[in-house]
Order: sequence, then structure tokens, then C-alpha cells
Amino acid sequence: MIESPNLTPSSPTPPNLSTASKATRIIGWAALAVTGLALLFGLVISGPEVNMRDSVRLLYVHVPSILTAYTCFGITLVGSVMYLRTQSQFWDLAAASAAEVGVVFLGLGLVTGALWGKPTWGTYWEWDPRLTSTAVMFIMYIGYLAIRRMEFSPEVRSRRAAVVGIISILNVIIVHYSVQWWRGLHQGQTFGLDPQIRDMQYFSWFLGTVAMALVASWLLIHRFRVSWLERQVEESQLVRALAERRREAGE
Amino acid sequence: MLHDAWIMARKDLRIEWVTRVATGQVLPFGALVLILFGLALNPDLVIVGEQRRSILAQVAPGLFWITVLLASLLALGRSFALEANDGNVDALKMAGLDPAGVFLGKAMAVAAQLLAIEVVLGFGAFVLYGTPLANFVMLVCAVILATVGVAAAGTLYAGIASGLRARDTLVPLLVLPILSPVLLAATLSTEAAVFGGSGGWSWVMLLGVFAVIYLGVGMLAFGLVMEET
Amino acid sequence: MYWGFVAAGYLAVIGVLSGYAWWLVNRGRALSRDVPEEKRRFLD
Repeated sequence: MIESPNLTPSSPTPPNLSTASKATRIIGWAALAVTGLALLFGLVISGPEVNMRDSVRLLYVHVPSILTAYTCFGITLVGSVMYLRTQSQFWDLAAASAAEVGVVFLGLGLVTGALWGKPTWGTYWEWDPRLTSTAVMFIMYIGYLAIRRMEFSPEVRSRRAAVVGIISILNVIIVHYSVQWWRGLHQGQTFGLDPQIRDMQYFSWFLGTVAMALVASWLLIHRFRVSWLERQVEESQLVRALAERRREAGE
Repeated sequence: MLHDAWIMARKDLRIEWVTRVATGQVLPFGALVLILFGLALNPDLVIVGEQRRSILAQVAPGLFWITVLLASLLALGRSFALEANDGNVDALKMAGLDPAGVFLGKAMAVAAQLLAIEVVLGFGAFVLYGTPLANFVMLVCAVILATVGVAAAGTLYAGIASGLRARDTLVPLLVLPILSPVLLAATLSTEAAVFGGSGGWSWVMLLGVFAVIYLGVGMLAFGLVMEET
Repeated sequence: MYWGFVAAGYLAVIGVLSGYAWWLVNRGRALSRDVPEEKRRFLD
């Protein structure tokens, strides 16, 4: 894909190179608008919480990031299963794209979580089941993405990645419960959103979730299209390499 | 299937018997890691609690299992380097071996080598770190079950990364997160076995559950993974 | 003291997400050069 000759014939009007479409433009503008609203409510209009004070504002981005990441990994699981059943490129690319977007959101979730934890618990990190399994999950999906960059033939890579995509979820569950069992012997701790969170705070959190969902859909669609283009380029390179080898053999 | 597994395991172990990679390279590596931990963690530092114990003795179970995990990475790399040469994978397919059997055989061969290494490293850990031993039976059960789990999960993931030039860097990234619950359960059951304490057997049972899960998943998935095209 | 953490968190989220979107758009444009227009069917 680097330095390959231009396949599109040169035309007077520059070719449309964008991966956008009407749908993604609408999602994109909606995402920007809701993000603006979420920032307004999250940072200005809503007030501090009684115990957490202003650090509660981090939850308006932290919880939505994690939820988005989990949804993305859910898509990866579904895509992996469906790929093994149907061998369809669509599901394979959907699984791959969702994993990458998921890793981005999970990374943000971990960072904002640590930043929330420092003023709230007094530590950036706590060895609690949820945190520990999330950290392992983060590394595991980085590993999944690493497989997707390897120099397999496309079918072998898709199949092996699908197997990893399925086992990863299984392992997240195992890690979560084993850590819970381990820590459960010492301390019974569960952290969650305070149910007594006030209306305005709840609304800010809701806006954050909607904003993240819109941003994530925009990213997901574009990532899917970019993945598809990557696959096209890869295949055309394969065809070219084959043709070259055949020519050499013919001589 | 079991017959195929037996053929594979015997083949790998026979190669090991001739080449001595596990005993000649992986085992000394593990011993070296044990010594390096001794240098990294001050051996004179003492925890004063119910019993006076050096830090090194206190964390010995965890260090032992970290060492085993690192050694297992080398053993797994070796196990699949055997198949990488001269189209061995094609030969296995031509021979009509059941993929589940191939998986089981390779996992068993890795487990056997790891067990041999663990016996020596465990002895080394007792001598070097001065760890007590409260429950020998529990220790043996924990070691065997954890090793089967490590070998099974490791073999599946080493298979997924096989045939790649970047295999050596990819396998640790894939295998270690998968083995993190095994490390946890193995360390806690070993702690209970050496220091004495309650709750050890439940962790041993969890290790057994892991071993069964990873063996089952590996037998199901290995055919998909090894299919070429 | 809370606002420092809040600012860091919000800036990280906005920075990373917009950087990722920027990277995606540019990568799409770069790849599109190598793929004929009739194969880019998502253009509606």
C-alpha cells in the first residue's frame, strides 16, 4: 500500500477519496452536537456531587467509554462467531474494526478511571476484580489486533483471529471471577455509580453515553471502510505478486 | 484420537531426548531467573508478622510460577519450531492425524517437559529462598494441574502464532494474559501448600477446572487453527 | 484539586478520539488512491 502506482485514471476533477457517506456525515454532525451538549452539561450546568465533589464529572466520560468498549468487544465476539459460520468477509472486518475501536475506548476508560480514582479513593489503581480483569482484557485485545497485522494469507488470519476473538471473551469472564474470588477473601468491595446520584448528574451521564455511542458508531463505520480498503489493496498486491511470479516462471 | 496424541507426544519427547533443548537450555534459563529474583529482591529484608520470614521466602510461590511461565514460553516456542521445518505441518496432515490428537499430544509433551523442569526449579526455590513446606500432597496436585493448564492454553496459542516470522514476540503477548488466572490460582494454592493455611484446595480445584477448560477448547479449536488456506 | 483531574481526563478523551478520527480519515484517503472508484461501493 506504500508507493504503489495510482490505479485511478487521472481526471480533471479530483477523485473523491473520502470514506464518508451521507449516513456517516449525519452521524458525525449529530455526534459533534451531542458531544457539545454533553460537555456543557457535564462541566458547566451540573453541579458537584456530595461525596465525590467535582471528580464525579469524570464518570460522565469514564462509564460511557467502558460501556462502549464492552459493546465493541461484543461485536467482535458476534463477528468472530459469524465469520466461522459463514466465512463472510463482512463479519471478519466487522470483528476486526470493532476490536480496534474497543481498544481505544477501553484505554480511555482505564485512563479516566485512574484519574477518577486518585481524588476519590486516593489511589490511581486498586486491585479490584473489575479493574484487574479490564487491564488483562486491554492487553488481550491488543494481542488480537497484533494477530490481525501478521503476514498470514487472509483466510488463515481471519480464521485464527476469529478463534482468538471468541476465546478472549471466555478468558475475560474467567479472569473476572477468579480475581473476584481472590479479593473476596480479603475485602468485599463493589464500586458502581451511586444510585442516589442527582437528576442533573444522571442526565449528564446519559448525554455522555449518547455522545460516546454516536462517536463510536462514526469511528466504527469509518474503521470498517478503511479495513475494507486495506483488504482490497492487500488482494490487489497479491494478484500483482502472483502475476509477476508467473511471468518470471514463463521466461 | 488418543492414539494420535500418543504418537505426537512420543515423537516430541523423543526429539527432546536427542536434542536436550529443554534440559540443556530451558532449565538453566529458569534457574537463572530464580537467581536473578534473588538479586532483584533484597534477600535480607524481613517481614515481621506472625512469623519472621524473608521477603524472598514470602513471595517465593509467585516467583516460582513467574519463572515457570517464562520457561513455558521457551518450551512452547521449541515445540512449534519442531513443526516449522521442512513442511512438517503438511506431513502431519498427510498422515491423517486427528487435529485434536495432535493438540493433545503436543500439549502433553510440553507438560511432561515442564514438569521435569518444575521439579528441579522447585527444589532450587526451596534451597535458594528458604521456603517452608507444609503440605506436600497439595503442592504436587497444584503443580500437576497448573502445568496441564499452562501447556494446554499455551499449545493452542502457540499454534495460532505458528508459521509466522514474528512468532517469538507474538506468543508471549497472546499466552500470558490467557494464563493470568492460572498464575493467580497456582500461586495461591502453592502459598497454601508451603506456608500452610486454609483455602488451598479450592484453588487446586480451580486449577483443575482451568486445565479441563483449556484442554477442551484446544481440542475443539485446534483443527480450525491448523487448517491452512 | 478535582478540576485538574477532570481536565486531564476530558482532554485525554477528546485528544485521543479526535486524533484517532483524524488518522482514520487520512488513512482512508491514502488507501482510496490505490482502489478503483467502482470498488468503493460505500460511496452513496
